[in-house]
Amino acid sequence: MRARVLIRPKAGILDPQGEAVERALPALGFVGVANVHIGRLVELDVEDPSQIKEMCEKLLANPLVEDYEVQLLDGGA
Amino acid sequence: MKFGVLQFPGSCDELDALQAARKVGDAELIWHSERDLKGADAIVVPGGFSYGDYLRAGAIARFAPAMESVIDFANGGGLVLGICNGFQVLCEARLLPGALLSNANRRFTFRQVELEVADHNTHFTRACTAAAPGGADERLSIPAKHSWGRYYSSEETLKAIEENGQVVLRYAQGQNFNGSLADIAGVRNEAGNVFGLMPHPEHAVDELIGGSADGLEIFESMRLSVEGAYV
Amino acid sequence: MSESAQRPDGPGLQDALALGLTAAEYELVCEKQGGRAPNQVELAMYSLLWSEHCAYKHSKKLLRTLPTEGPHVVMGPGENAGAVDVGGGLVCAFKVESHNHPSAVEPFQGAATGVGGILRDIFAIGARPIAVLDSLRFGEPSGEHARYLLDGAVRGIGHYGNSIGVPTVGGEVYFEGPYEQNCLVNAMALGLAEREKLVRSAAAGVGNVIVLFGARTGRDGIGGASVLASAELGEGGEDKRPTVQVGDPFEEKKLLECSLELLERGLLLALQDLGAAGLTSSAAEMASKGEVGIDLDVAKVPLREDGMEPFEIMVSESQERMLCVVEPANVDAVEALCEKWEVNSAAIGTVTATNRMRVFNGVQLAGDMPVKALVDECPLYDLEPVKPTEQIYAPPEATLAQGASPRQALLALLASPNIASRRPLFEQYDAIVQSRTVRRPEQADAAVLALPDGGALAVSIDCNGRRVAADPYRGTVGAVLECAANLACVGAEPLGTTNNLNFGNPEKGHIAWQLTESVRGLGDACRALGAPIVGGNVSLYNEGQASGPVYPTPVIGMVGRLPDASHSGRLGFACSGDTVALVGPFAPSLAASELAKLRGEPLPDGLAEIDIGAVHAAQFAIRGAVRAGALSSAHDIAEGGLATALAECCLAGGMGADVRLQEAGEGDPFVALFGEGPGGFLVSGTPNGVSSLGRRTPTRVIGTAGGSSLQITTGDLTLSATLSELAEAHGALAELFG
Repeated sequence: MRARVLIRPKAGILDPQGEAVERALPALGFVGVANVHIGRLVELDVEDPSQIKEMCEKLLANPLVEDYEVQLLDGGA
Repeated sequence: MKFGVLQFPGSCDELDALQAARKVGDAELIWHSERDLKGADAIVVPGGFSYGDYLRAGAIARFAPAMESVIDFANGGGLVLGICNGFQVLCEARLLPGALLSNANRRFTFRQVELEVADHNTHFTRACTAAAPGGADERLSIPAKHSWGRYYSSEETLKAIEENGQVVLRYAQGQNFNGSLADIAGVRNEAGNVFGLMPHPEHAVDELIGGSADGLEIFESMRLSVEGAYV
Repeated sequence: MSESAQRPDGPGLQDALALGLTAAEYELVCEKQGGRAPNQVELAMYSLLWSEHCAYKHSKKLLRTLPTEGPHVVMGPGENAGAVDVGGGLVCAFKVESHNHPSAVEPFQGAATGVGGILRDIFAIGARPIAVLDSLRFGEPSGEHARYLLDGAVRGIGHYGNSIGVPTVGGEVYFEGPYEQNCLVNAMALGLAEREKLVRSAAAGVGNVIVLFGARTGRDGIGGASVLASAELGEGGEDKRPTVQVGDPFEEKKLLECSLELLERGLLLALQDLGAAGLTSSAAEMASKGEVGIDLDVAKVPLREDGMEPFEIMVSESQERMLCVVEPANVDAVEALCEKWEVNSAAIGTVTATNRMRVFNGVQLAGDMPVKALVDECPLYDLEPVKPTEQIYAPPEATLAQGASPRQALLALLASPNIASRRPLFEQYDAIVQSRTVRRPEQADAAVLALPDGGALAVSIDCNGRRVAADPYRGTVGAVLECAANLACVGAEPLGTTNNLNFGNPEKGHIAWQLTESVRGLGDACRALGAPIVGGNVSLYNEGQASGPVYPTPVIGMVGRLPDASHSGRLGFACSGDTVALVGPFAPSLAASELAKLRGEPLPDGLAEIDIGAVHAAQFAIRGAVRAGALSSAHDIAEGGLATALAECCLAGGMGADVRLQEAGEGDPFVALFGEGPGGFLVSGTPNGVSSLGRRTPTRVIGTAGGSSLQITTGDLTLSATLSELAEAHGALAELFG
């Protein structure tokens, strides 16, 4: 099973990278852009998808400052 | 007194820490895959880019066999000093509260900073020369060099650590370049035996090389505590 | 009959031309291959090794005129790096290299891998890298593209150097129109080794094993060397992106420790890093130096990508890889040590007595070439210098109003991109890891690194390309003297020099003239100072189709030694009340100066003659006074002239000064204030300390340090500025790194 984990900075935490990108886009002519946040993507093949949550809690994300979302691909659930 | 200085693949300042510790006592390197802490009386988790800072700074190092031993050592009351990447590792390992995020200015920054000692009664600051509050000697001049040094914790955690007096060092006025919450530069655990700071005391142990020997006081403090049996 | 006889569908002349060989060179290759056309693997390898970047076709003959020997030289040009004896049984290995074209395409990775490459050259000879310096050139920072390149390059250098734990202790950056389309990114590195432990790269011992270790091999930079570095950059820069190499400093840190431990344990006979042209150049050069042959099996190379062809494996520029020669009995030990450091390793070949480079793919012979033909028999070309009769370079845009006052001129100079404080840039570099740094950027004119015996190394990197454009011979002499002057100001004696020649297309007469004159100046100056060349690099074809050539930029790196680290010089005024003096045979002129640039003046045809002997004597005097502790500060006068140097001393020392330069009627005050030229120093100290210099070199007391403003009187004019006004102007670069 192929899984994808999206890791985002928790709401309310200063995200200077996101802010920098948000500032840069208008300079390139893109208007009406707001709320830009930069996170991380981890993709992996797993035999037991139920372990992913623990992987996130222990290693892939830092739950103090990050939220994570797990997507199962290949039509799995 | 013997210091044990951890060494991970990617550590950079471990030899500097070793050299600094040797001005105060004995010191030996401990390779990341070893569990034996070699009878160290205090552990230093050094600066650098352990495991390339992959995933998150310190995220992988915290699971090293040597760190498992350090966690046991800390839980048993042993003194542990985490410097820069070491501070990040200790936060990831949950030996210290909070987390280190990317600098507010988004860049690696190297600068000599002035730190205020918020608490002179810790195992890591007891030797810091204290003048009367507001006196010129109260500050430590120590270099900082990092891109992920912005200290952050949740509101409740911040309240708790402030109330418990766990903030040990703060950036002096105008010196907080990374955006750390409440100007926090160094923090200890509740029990007081584990301490982490972003600036590098091992690079301020010699007037000729560092322009300041204030950092030596932190190592000296640890020696006093170990030799005085933590009194 | 070799299996690599040309198949009907093998490459031909058109392919050779597309790979950068000339028709005549292709004919010669066929001849070297025994009268048959080279196959794909062979053509790829010849085209790389015979490219300008690898073969130095247009510069080798000229470089042979340079002085390379001296009492301190332990390893001269021809190895991975040069080395000089620094006492206490130690040698300092050092070299400068460029990564210009890759940085123009992808500045972060181009600059990062430039640092990675030069570091590998240092530990390839068995020295532990202890410092990096960067020398950068971009277009005017008012342009977005120049700012993008600057930002990327600085982040890339910081990323690589900081992560691998080598301090970046100094450097320089200039912004000039001619670099707009062709930026320059040069990186210099220093290392320390015990004298007996230096390693050479010559492969030896028939039957010995060739081991490749480090990162896996992918498609990075394929064709990079000949496609990018030997041609002028044209349209379609984005298409070149796939060939850019991506560096991993963490991998290189492991590689470095592994290499040094392999050498420490005596397991290696020879070591070579893989740089431009990857396995091709590395293996061929090892074989050539050892006068042996090498058989390689590409099927044994650890790969990162699927389906790589033999020629791709041979020319890949994947980073963080080394090649070594090992006795068969030691191969297991080598592989075990690599495993400890989590570094891939594979035995991929053997040393033979055939003097041929044979590339196998399993049992199939994929390429077979004589080593000499590949490495030593590339045709070398004579340059055909023609002194230009017209201006090559457009005059800069004027940014200073006509009739600006001296005070306005000083503040404009301090704020100008070539002079303003580089703090926003060097604060992105760790300058102190390894605990050797005695003088950090902006504390002194050169970086100073402590040695175990109480002495110290000093290092500086310099070149004012605009002055070289005005006068390639005297401008280059000036660059060498500048470098030595910076060393003198910290108390160091030069031991050796490295250089990176960054020029345009040498097939054009005026560029050939610049190159010839510059190398002549380089040789004369190094001979006069007793600082021979121990190694270097050449980067040609730095010109755009539409934009013209870069300023001729022979970047000079010099290493020196001082006997007592605690007596290293400083540039800032230190004691209020100290005497301030102008020292040396300073003959200021506004020709090719920064003020002339701000005024929008075209380049002059030639610079004033230089009395090298007198300048050398002044450097000697300064060095001695600094070592004796007779001075509080010493600063070389460079861009912006005396007034700028005074402001810099005030800012670094946190105090003002009050000086008088000349009496009324003595000449154009702007010349006295802002004129440039070699041989001028600004010093401060006690009256006795300063006057001691007068015995050896012209010394004129001009005033006193102290107060909170800088006051300069010249003729009837008094220029006055407070420290905070000076600081505000000097901080102009901060906005580039917002």
